[in-house]
Amino acid sequence: MGFTRETDHGTPPAIATGNNVTLTIDGEQVTLPEGTSIMRAASLTGTAIPKLCATDNIESFGSCRLCLVEVEGRNGYPASCTTPIAEGMVVRTQTGRLKQLRRGVMELYISDHPLDCLTCAANGDCELQDQAGAVGLRDVRYGYDGATNMGQAKDQSNPYFDFDPSKCIVCSRCVRACDEVQGTFALTIEGMGFGSKVAASQDDAFLSSECVSCGACVQACPTASLIEKKVVETGTPDRAVVTTCAYCGVGCTFRAEMRGEELVRMVPWKDGKANRGHSCVKGRFAWGYAQHQDRILNPMIRASVTEPWREVSWGEAIAHTASEFRRIQAQYGTRAVGGITSSRCTNEETFLVQKLIRQGFGNNNVDTCARVCHSPTGYGLKTTFGTSAGTQDFDSVMHADVILVIGANPTDAHPVFGSRMKKRLRQGAKLIVVDPRQIDLVKSPHVEAEHHLPLRPGTNVAVLTAMAHVVVTEKLYDDAFIRTRCDWDEFQDWGDFVSEPARSPEAIEPLTGVPAADLRAAARLYATGGNAAIYYGLGVTEHSQGSSTVMAIANLAMATGNIGREGVGVNPLRGQNNVQGACDMGSFPHEFSGYRHVSDTATREMFESAWGVTLDHEPGLRIPNMLDAATDGTFKALFIQGEDILQSDPNTHHVAAGLAAMECVVVQDLFLNETANYGHVFLPGSTFLEKDGTFTNAERRIQRVRRVMAPLNGHADWEIVQLVANAMGLGWSYAHPSEIMDEIAALTPTFAGVHYDRLDAEGSLQWPANDAAPDGTPTMHIDGFVRGKGKFVVTDYVPTDEKTGPRFPLLLTTGRILSHYNVGAQTRRTANTAWHPEDRLEIHPTDAENRGIKDGDWVSLRSRAGETTLRALITERVAPGVVYTTFHHPDTQANVITTDYSDWATNCPEYKVTAVQVGLSNGPSDWQEDYADHARRSRRIVPVEAAE
Amino acid sequence: MTRVFISRDMASVALGADDVARAFAGAGCDIVRTGSRGLFSIEPLVEVETTDGRVGYGPVTPGDVAAVLGGTHPNRLGDIAALPFFTAQQRFTFARCGIVDPLSLADYAAHRGWIGLEIAHAAEPQAVVDTVKASGLRGRGGAGFPTGIKWQTVLDAPGGTKYIVCNADEGDSGTFADRLLMEGDPFCLIEGMAIAAHAVGASHGYIYIRSEYPFAIATMREAIALSAGRIAPFTLEVRAGAGAYVCGEETALLDSIEGKRGQVRAKPPLPALAGLFGKPTVINNVLSLAAVPFILAEGADAYANVGFGRSRGTMPVQLAGNVKHGGLFEVGFGITLGELVNDIGGGTTSGRPVRAVQVGGPLGAYFPPSMFDLPFDYEAFTQAGGLIGHAGITVFDDSVDMAHMARFAMEFCAVESCGKCTPCRIGSTRGVEIVDRIIAAREIEPVRATANGDTLGKALYSRAPDRIDVSLEAQTVLLRDLCDTMKFGSLCALGGFTPYPVLSALDHFPEDFGAPAPALEAAE
Repeated sequence: MGFTRETDHGTPPAIATGNNVTLTIDGEQVTLPEGTSIMRAASLTGTAIPKLCATDNIESFGSCRLCLVEVEGRNGYPASCTTPIAEGMVVRTQTGRLKQLRRGVMELYISDHPLDCLTCAANGDCELQDQAGAVGLRDVRYGYDGATNMGQAKDQSNPYFDFDPSKCIVCSRCVRACDEVQGTFALTIEGMGFGSKVAASQDDAFLSSECVSCGACVQACPTASLIEKKVVETGTPDRAVVTTCAYCGVGCTFRAEMRGEELVRMVPWKDGKANRGHSCVKGRFAWGYAQHQDRILNPMIRASVTEPWREVSWGEAIAHTASEFRRIQAQYGTRAVGGITSSRCTNEETFLVQKLIRQGFGNNNVDTCARVCHSPTGYGLKTTFGTSAGTQDFDSVMHADVILVIGANPTDAHPVFGSRMKKRLRQGAKLIVVDPRQIDLVKSPHVEAEHHLPLRPGTNVAVLTAMAHVVVTEKLYDDAFIRTRCDWDEFQDWGDFVSEPARSPEAIEPLTGVPAADLRAAARLYATGGNAAIYYGLGVTEHSQGSSTVMAIANLAMATGNIGREGVGVNPLRGQNNVQGACDMGSFPHEFSGYRHVSDTATREMFESAWGVTLDHEPGLRIPNMLDAATDGTFKALFIQGEDILQSDPNTHHVAAGLAAMECVVVQDLFLNETANYGHVFLPGSTFLEKDGTFTNAERRIQRVRRVMAPLNGHADWEIVQLVANAMGLGWSYAHPSEIMDEIAALTPTFAGVHYDRLDAEGSLQWPANDAAPDGTPTMHIDGFVRGKGKFVVTDYVPTDEKTGPRFPLLLTTGRILSHYNVGAQTRRTANTAWHPEDRLEIHPTDAENRGIKDGDWVSLRSRAGETTLRALITERVAPGVVYTTFHHPDTQANVITTDYSDWATNCPEYKVTAVQVGLSNGPSDWQEDYADHARRSRRIVPVEAAE
Repeated sequence: MTRVFISRDMASVALGADDVARAFAGAGCDIVRTGSRGLFSIEPLVEVETTDGRVGYGPVTPGDVAAVLGGTHPNRLGDIAALPFFTAQQRFTFARCGIVDPLSLADYAAHRGWIGLEIAHAAEPQAVVDTVKASGLRGRGGAGFPTGIKWQTVLDAPGGTKYIVCNADEGDSGTFADRLLMEGDPFCLIEGMAIAAHAVGASHGYIYIRSEYPFAIATMREAIALSAGRIAPFTLEVRAGAGAYVCGEETALLDSIEGKRGQVRAKPPLPALAGLFGKPTVINNVLSLAAVPFILAEGADAYANVGFGRSRGTMPVQLAGNVKHGGLFEVGFGITLGELVNDIGGGTTSGRPVRAVQVGGPLGAYFPPSMFDLPFDYEAFTQAGGLIGHAGITVFDDSVDMAHMARFAMEFCAVESCGKCTPCRIGSTRGVEIVDRIIAAREIEPVRATANGDTLGKALYSRAPDRIDVSLEAQTVLLRDLCDTMKFGSLCALGGFTPYPVLSALDHFPEDFGAPAPALEAAE
């Protein structure tokens, strides 16, 4: 693929009314939807009208005055960007008079712009340059001795882009992109007239301003005023490859713009159906980890974790791995080994790992990180609706009238979708937030929640059931929907259950801390406010009642008829780029791909005949069970691809003990992660930039990942798994990931229609994609639930065993921050640390005061599981009695604190509720010191030359 | 106790009316503070109530109490309404101004107040709109758009919430009619807005007053409070501007009320369909709305029978600058510029010959006396390359330097530009620079700079590249080209109208720009 710019029609498409109008542009008759601008109409018919302030992802503004046209019967020269087409209109876009006016405007622009095109970083990629050429400007008669905005200091504070006010043409595209696309309102035009200039916040530096570094302004800038540092360093790109981001579950597609083998920048792809041309600081800028010096490029092995690593050849590493697994199975039994698939790797790679385990290891001991995040989603939605996935596409939110966000913080964790949601909220949709913290959505510029229910952590089920109580007792349910779509008897049983006075908002208020009146108002709004959509995250699932909460959400949606069309639905916001895909691909110990149970004979036989082996019909071990078995001495070897369970899984002491008890831990990763400190074999992994494959995002959208550069480590991850499999004698022969997808499609009914040629042609497909749904399925359960009748499940509130008391009087809940991703292995190795260099403990001023804690003090955080030390951040975002932290930094190891309580149905850990005590501290805990020492020793490497 | 009437108008107070009022109060008089009659050469004016009606004296100082009360003061004017300045007027809108106590509901009612509103309330909205259409009233803010048609659009616009917005951001230099009315007869504006609200179905209105008018803001707020019951359920509030001229542009004004940066919006959508807070909105000037009570009370014909061509009714003309009888002169359209300046205004204060008048504020065209036959009429002025605007007339004598006036126009635009559109944002600053070059170059007459690298050009603009032609001819061509770009390229009237004063100065007074005087005048 060569380098071509994406087409820019200047203004967004008209809001569809169904009416078309016919007009004449430059003598040619065209028919287009009413409301289309003259500029867009001309562009669609192949006429480029000069423009600078218009771009088609923000509303027209009409300030640059280059796009003036002549309209018969109208005075003057209307701006084509702000003038809608009309029936019978006769437009001329290219006349001598217009040329004269446009040149006059351009002459003014250039009279206040440096003439340094040859040395400018945007040379060749500058709209001002292009338009000056297009209008034929040859001379600037004003000279350069007059007033000027040139020569102002650059703002280079942002680690990823520079702002050079001297090159700014004050078109406001950056300001409007920040407002309309990102919704942060960080930028403004300061001053008036000739002195107008772009300013961040109150004329702060970009880094210290409210700017969230999403890149929308940089993308919008038509000159070099806002430009990526990497372009300044490297030069403009010469080719572009469309690929999918490897951060969160939104699944943004980007154009990886390359100069030779060097990645110059990632620019959100306008045709991307998940992100619609938007991005966040992670996907847009934080890809430098791919070339970070910490990347391990040579395979390594060692006999014991107390020894240094020894670099070896790929051949030796693969052979050693295969022989160790065979040895251990021979010695301890077939089921003494297992593996963990990665939610960050591709569908194809994930499929191969579980295939290696099922076909090669001969057991079902496979699990994935969804165990610790969205396993309750899979269980809860499968039970109630019949499918382990969200019901909508992201576009659906633009049709929602009421949005209920529970246990999710989209503006930090799913920022691109968060921006879409905010856009809809600014259009007038109403918002209900159920969260212990005052997340940004509760109140931020031009967005304010109608109701914020600040519940006590761990009381989700009580709150949701009380909402159902209001819906049922006040008869706000959708009788017709329930009668036709759900099991009526089950509904009645459930209705009786939720109607009991003990489940009323008033009765549960002492328990949840949510004022009953607010809860009632929120329930009424959800039930009666039009299209109501629920978005939820790990604040729902990571509880001892995670699965119950998911089902309580499903109950509420069914009872109010908010399922099966655009604008409604139940939508889990999946954490990792391919956690949906990893689950789809059969990463759970009880399920083959497509969520089919291993005990199902027909399915098993299909796989057996394809793979030529007999498969185990007993579900295998989940991650916590593997670790338990390891400490018991019955589980001895683990193959971990792209997952850092030591940092990400709860109760770090327990994980460490389990790993330490194994004889062979294989870690396939980019970096020597925390888990690798307990590893015996290290297989260097490849980044998403270095391989082909697919990711499946939170809306079940399967999108292509494309190799833009050769793997630094020599092999894509799928190739490494294939090497291991073949060393174990499995005889695989995949030449390309498309062949793996063909196998997935052949063995998985919901993926039957998924092939690379279709993905390449159509950009993406949402499963199920098969003969029944040839174009995929943006919205689920339209004509009926996948399971038949929707199932109401009684969800009794059972308080968690994790309770506060005199020793541990505070509740700790955990989460994420915008600039970091998960355990931080990637983002900590980028300049994103400029925003968040460490994990901090959020604590309410009252709780801080009681403990003599000042902002920034080192504090110890203790639970019955462990103790760590970090610095305090005093804020009213958390309620009194609740403290909050992130888990992005291994130095903090927040999961030393979390306990081994977990969801009753799926073992998803209860990350969100831990009873803790906080106090002033002098420094790191003993555990932190011991661990740091262990990690340092464990990361010693003897290079391959020295070993020889 | 003797009743005396003394103006509380800001202009009168500036001339000492408060001190005079205190002096009369000290002498035991019963003081009624009115608005101003509108003739500033007789302010501070004191009118003494007598059995023969009010007898006026002016100007008066605090030391003149005894002479005034004794009837011996040399500045005795007698019946003010009988002065030629007033008998020549047709006071439809300003009938009460200077006569009544602005905040007396009784006074207002006694002077035909609220009759228009009562008639309107008794009629269907459409009938009210039809009456305004039939009156021929056009927007008095400057654009001259037919008021009735604007109201019809808002009446026909779907949607429950509609607004009436009064543009009282009277920013043009030399204009004061809005202020005079708001300080002198606030209920008239309130009544006009209440009629508009009934006509289009609006329930709330805003009066956006520039912050430089503290008296008007206070008076309107008080008047709104006093008349709230009279106009209910319609409600009104005053919003004060923050000093930006561009907020007098209607869409920037709407943004300002909404709490945003005052920047011009692109049209469409028209404010009549998507105006304040996106709702259908009538936005009219003070004078347009204040003309409405008369039209309703006296009938559309009474208004439309006065006027000229397509300009119907009266215009409150404001005479200012170097003029002997400055003030407010309300008269039917059609009076000539010469009559206004020479006959009514009495020529210049300085006594020197009139050289130029600027009509329509700082963005209006300059006219030489050779064009004084021009009738006051929207179309006639447009044809003559000018505009009536808000009907402010600023008079200059023969000491004026028209190149400096052209520079002032560009500078005014540069200072007041909101910065949104390029022609205005950059063009106005470049315009100042060009006129500076012309002024510098013309001083060195008869040496004429010529193109490309002549010594003068280099001496004056040593940092300019050689290819910049700084000759008078080239800079004049550039100034005209810039005016063309600004006039046809600007987003709003600020940048779009700045060329009027510049080009009219250049066209009618070329000798001030280093070029020969026009042939017409030379021939005379």
